[in-house]
Amino acid sequence: MKYVDEFRDGALARNIAASIASEAEPRRQYRFMEFCGGHTHALARYGVADLLPPNVRMIHGPGCPVCVLPIGRIDMGLRLALDAGAILCTYGDVMRVPASDGLSLMRAKARGADIRIVYSPLDALQLAADHPGREVVFLAIGFETTTPPTALAIQQAAREGLKNFSVLCCHVLTPAAITHVLEAPDASQYGSVEIDGFVGPAHVSIVIGSGPYEGFAEKYRKPVVIAGFEPLDIMQAILMLVRQVNDGRAEVENEFTRAVNREGNLRAQEVTAQVLEMRSTFEWRGLGEVPMSALKIRPEYARFDAERRFDVKYRSVADHKQCECGAILRGVKKPTDCKLFGTVCTPDNPMGSCMVSSEGSCAAHYSYGRFRDIPVVRRDVAAHGVEPL
Amino acid sequence: MDTSKRHYTRPLDVKHGCIDMNHGAGGRLSAQLVEEIFARAFDNEFLNQGNDGALLPVPVGQRLVMATDAHVISPLFFPGGDIGCLSVHGTINDVAMLGATPLYLSASFILEEGLSLADLKRVVTSMARAARDAGVPIVTGDTKVVERGKGDGVFISTTGLGVVPEGRVIGGAGARPGDAVLLSGTIGEHGVAVLSKRASLEFETTIESDTAALHTLVAGMLVAASEGAIHVLRDPTRGGLATTLNEIAGQSGVGMMLRESAIPILPQVDAACELLGLDPLYIANEGKLVAIVAPEAAHAVLAAMHAHPLGRAAACIGYVTDDTNRFVQMDTRVGGRRVVDWLSGEALPRIC
Repeated sequence: MKYVDEFRDGALARNIAASIASEAEPRRQYRFMEFCGGHTHALARYGVADLLPPNVRMIHGPGCPVCVLPIGRIDMGLRLALDAGAILCTYGDVMRVPASDGLSLMRAKARGADIRIVYSPLDALQLAADHPGREVVFLAIGFETTTPPTALAIQQAAREGLKNFSVLCCHVLTPAAITHVLEAPDASQYGSVEIDGFVGPAHVSIVIGSGPYEGFAEKYRKPVVIAGFEPLDIMQAILMLVRQVNDGRAEVENEFTRAVNREGNLRAQEVTAQVLEMRSTFEWRGLGEVPMSALKIRPEYARFDAERRFDVKYRSVADHKQCECGAILRGVKKPTDCKLFGTVCTPDNPMGSCMVSSEGSCAAHYSYGRFRDIPVVRRDVAAHGVEPL
Repeated sequence: MDTSKRHYTRPLDVKHGCIDMNHGAGGRLSAQLVEEIFARAFDNEFLNQGNDGALLPVPVGQRLVMATDAHVISPLFFPGGDIGCLSVHGTINDVAMLGATPLYLSASFILEEGLSLADLKRVVTSMARAARDAGVPIVTGDTKVVERGKGDGVFISTTGLGVVPEGRVIGGAGARPGDAVLLSGTIGEHGVAVLSKRASLEFETTIESDTAALHTLVAGMLVAASEGAIHVLRDPTRGGLATTLNEIAGQSGVGMMLRESAIPILPQVDAACELLGLDPLYIANEGKLVAIVAPEAAHAVLAAMHAHPLGRAAACIGYVTDDTNRFVQMDTRVGGRRVVDWLSGEALPRIC
């Protein structure tokens, strides 16, 4: 595939791997957190860990939009669909997130709730136009990548005078979450993890630019390298992080120059600011309440705010007692440290949110990497001459 | 068939008419529907016996193979095919995957009240053509009508009968460590073609479904290999290549090692999957097969696949390993390794 294949090239990957291996100092440990679920998924899908020396370790961060969505938020959507009889639209990823009472959107749908997968909030808008007699609610989730389309849809609904469309806004913010991972007041509950640098978000940074990470890099003395979602992007970013650590630098560098600049997408930022404003606090699954970390709909657009329109209140619901998603999302524990991993909690029956989306660290490890947990005895059959032709 | 009725019956209005509950009531309208839509299209000596079942000759000294498949697909018509030809190809392929020669098909239809007769005729015509092209007649059938909202236009269930010589055992439990894993062509076209026409997701594409009957390809492969050299044949339909290989690994108690760069895939399919956040390894195919073959026969079978129009892009994508964990693993394009797991739930697009 043009424009993508070159970022998945095996020979180039080996070159970068060789540079990482030769430049990483053997006596030193390099612990880098990839914040984004997209990076977690790509690392697992391409087996990038196999190309890194043992002292360079990737820690999976909390940047999976589905994973950080608390049970109580899904419950709100379920109440709108089951009790208020609304058509609830959302992204496909959200369908399997476990909610209260053993429900999920997928299971509620099987029980008769009208829940539909959309690719864009504009599809939800169209549904509202097509069903003037029904309430249509868009369950809006995601980081800064998916926020501008939500804002645009609300503006368009206002322009068209749609009376039956509203948004359950659960959009969250990246910089607040990264900061929280490093300085959470309740981090002691989970213990803490040493992080030597961050692979910065790809698509999020297209929207917000590289600027917002600068204060963070300086304040916490942590290097940040913004990287694309292709395997070579990530490897190049890891090499750049190794170099920063070796040089004692803590800068924001941009590997993803083909899409990210310092300012970001100003038009998208403007539309978002017109429609959405900061929430004083928002509960994240695994991170708990994080101040100034999410967005809500401005009062001018209150009639499109499902939380006001339907008077559904957020009620916090605790995760399963043994679920380690909190510690895993912070990088303090690995998926295999959780007692539920692969026994009670599997991708087909997720208990915790990290197992739901393929971007979650548990699902990524289960689906792509679990062979590493079990020593596999393989007979070498290359001698038969049936190596892939 | 019964021609005496014809003179006193107004012909079906195929252009404007719709299925209604009367078409399923078992009376004159039911008979007319069967005659004018189904019997005329499928026309063959066994169906024309006109009985509730068909009396069929069976070759001597062979064993019977039977397979059945239910077809529900939305939309009914998609680039490269429709539910009609799909229901013929799917069942022929299931029979062929046992190394058998498919001989006869049955078809039963569940029609939803309100289905246009034009659409029904289009589906049935496509089925008839697919069956004729494959040389496998539809010898018996049934039709029922359900109320509006209780079906998705039309559901088609087909059953296939075939024969396989004594002693030939091809099945999912036959893979052995060291065997070659062959794939007959590019993956993912069917699933992407269907997705491209889903109401919520319409996008422009040149990708067509690969729906095809694979029994002649199988026949060619069987000729090229000594008896017993082809251990497993399976068509990677729902759940895609990844799921099929996991099924085989599970049944045979082995692992597999694939090479990502060896798996053929059209750039358009790759691009569409990239855009939708889907993995082509999990996308359905309807005209591809996986063959697990003894290593010494791999080259000959692959050559036979290349010689058939449906196997031109065939490739050896990996080999079977000795692994009690039954892991299907893959060397990735960038040189790492990963598990190629079962499809989990429904393939849902990612948002990030």
